[in-house]
Amino acid sequence: MTRKAVALISGGLDSLLAAKLIQQQGIEVEGINFFTGFCVEGHTHAIRKHDRDRVKRNNALWVAEQLGIKLHIIDIVDEYKDVVINPKHGYGANLNPCLDCKIFMVHKAQEWLKQHDFDFIITGEVIGQRPKSQRKKLMPVVADESGADDLLLRPLCAKSLPATLPENEGWVDREKLKDFSGRSRKPQMALAAEFGFEDYAQPAGGCCFLTDQSYSVKLQDLWDNRGNREYELDDIMLLKVGRHIRPSKAFKLIIGREEGENQYLSGYKRQFQTISTVSHAGPLALVEGEPLDPQQLELACAITARYSKGRDADSVEVRFSDREQGSRSIHVKPLAAAQLNPDWVIV
Amino acid sequence: MSPVIELDARRLLCPMPVIRLQDCVEKQDRGVKVRITCTDPGTMNDIPTWCRINGHRVLATEQLEHEYIFLVQKDPDGT
Repeated sequence: MTRKAVALISGGLDSLLAAKLIQQQGIEVEGINFFTGFCVEGHTHAIRKHDRDRVKRNNALWVAEQLGIKLHIIDIVDEYKDVVINPKHGYGANLNPCLDCKIFMVHKAQEWLKQHDFDFIITGEVIGQRPKSQRKKLMPVVADESGADDLLLRPLCAKSLPATLPENEGWVDREKLKDFSGRSRKPQMALAAEFGFEDYAQPAGGCCFLTDQSYSVKLQDLWDNRGNREYELDDIMLLKVGRHIRPSKAFKLIIGREEGENQYLSGYKRQFQTISTVSHAGPLALVEGEPLDPQQLELACAITARYSKGRDADSVEVRFSDREQGSRSIHVKPLAAAQLNPDWVIV
Repeated sequence: MSPVIELDARRLLCPMPVIRLQDCVEKQDRGVKVRITCTDPGTMNDIPTWCRINGHRVLATEQLEHEYIFLVQKDPDGT
C-alpha cells in the first residue's frame, strides 16, 4: 500500500528538499500552500513597474513542478486574522507570530489530511534555523498544539528528534532522513546539488511581510489609528504599496511611487477619496480616513503635489475626487521638504 | 456542448487568481472549460504552471494591454 504525505510547501529550498527526501522513499506526496495575505510572493513585483522584467513565478508552484507533485493553494486570510491579532506565543522581532503561524498551518494541514485520506504531514523545518519558531524545545509544541502529534515528520532534522509514526511504522526509513541544525545553509545547498536542483528560491525566511520592520510599523499604525486590530485583505495589501504619510490621526495618504503603483492604487478609486496631479506628472494618492475638512484637504493636496514633477513650481493643479461629491480641481503650492514633518512618514 | 464558465480575477494579485480558478475547477466535471480574466502579469506564469501540475490544459491565452485571459479545460486526459 502506497502511503501518502502532504507537504507544507512555502516555495523555499527547505520544503523542496523535505518533500524530495520523502518522495525518494516511495511515498506519494502532494503539496499544500497557504495564502495568508501577508505573503511576499510576487505581489510587489506584480505592482511595481520597474520590477516587471523580473521572472514572476509563484515559488510554491515552481517547487511543485520541480517535484512533479500536485499543489493545493488554500486561502486562509480570514482564519489567519486571529493568529496575527492574538498570538498565544507572542510576536518575533516585528509583528511576526511565527510559532503560532506554524502551529496554525500544521493544524490546517492536519485537517486537510483527514479530509483527503492522507497518512502524515511533512515540513521543511530545521532545528535552530529560525530563532522564534524552530528551536528544538519548540518542535514538540508545534506537534502538540497543532494536534498533529506524531503524524508530523520533519525530514531535514528528523534524526535529531523523537521518531514519528511514519518512522515507527516503517513507512519511511529514518536512516535516510537528515539531522540538519543551525542557521548555516550549507547542508541544504549540498543536498540540493545532490538532487540536481540548481535554481531555487530565497533562503529560509523572507516569505512573510510580517517579518519586515517597515511593514509591521505600518500595520501597527493602522491598528493604533483605528482603535482596534481588525483588518481586511485590502488593508494589508495596501500596506505593501506606496508611501504612507499620516499628517494627523484623522487621515493617512497612500501615495504611489511610480506608474505601476499608481495603476494598482487606481483600482481603489471607488473606495477612497483620491488626489492626482493634473498640471504636472505625478502620483495618485488615496486618502484613508474621515472626509477631509478644508485645511486637511489643502495639506493633503500639497503633500501629493510635493511628489510630482511640479514640486518646485509655485502652483500645481490637482484633482480631488470624492466618491460622494464628485471631483474638483484645486491649485496648491507643493509642500516644501522642510515642511514635511518626518514623524508623518510611516516607515 | 456545455457553456464556458467565466471568472473575473481582475485586480487580484497572485496567488488569488490561481485560488479562484482552483476553487472553481474543483467543483466542475472533467472536460469543463473555464475562462479567467486577470490583470496580474504573474498569472502568465502561474496559471499555466498550476494547470500543468494538476493535469488541466490551457486551451488559449490572450494578452491585452492590461488583461491576461486564459481558457482552461479541466483534466482533459483523465489524470
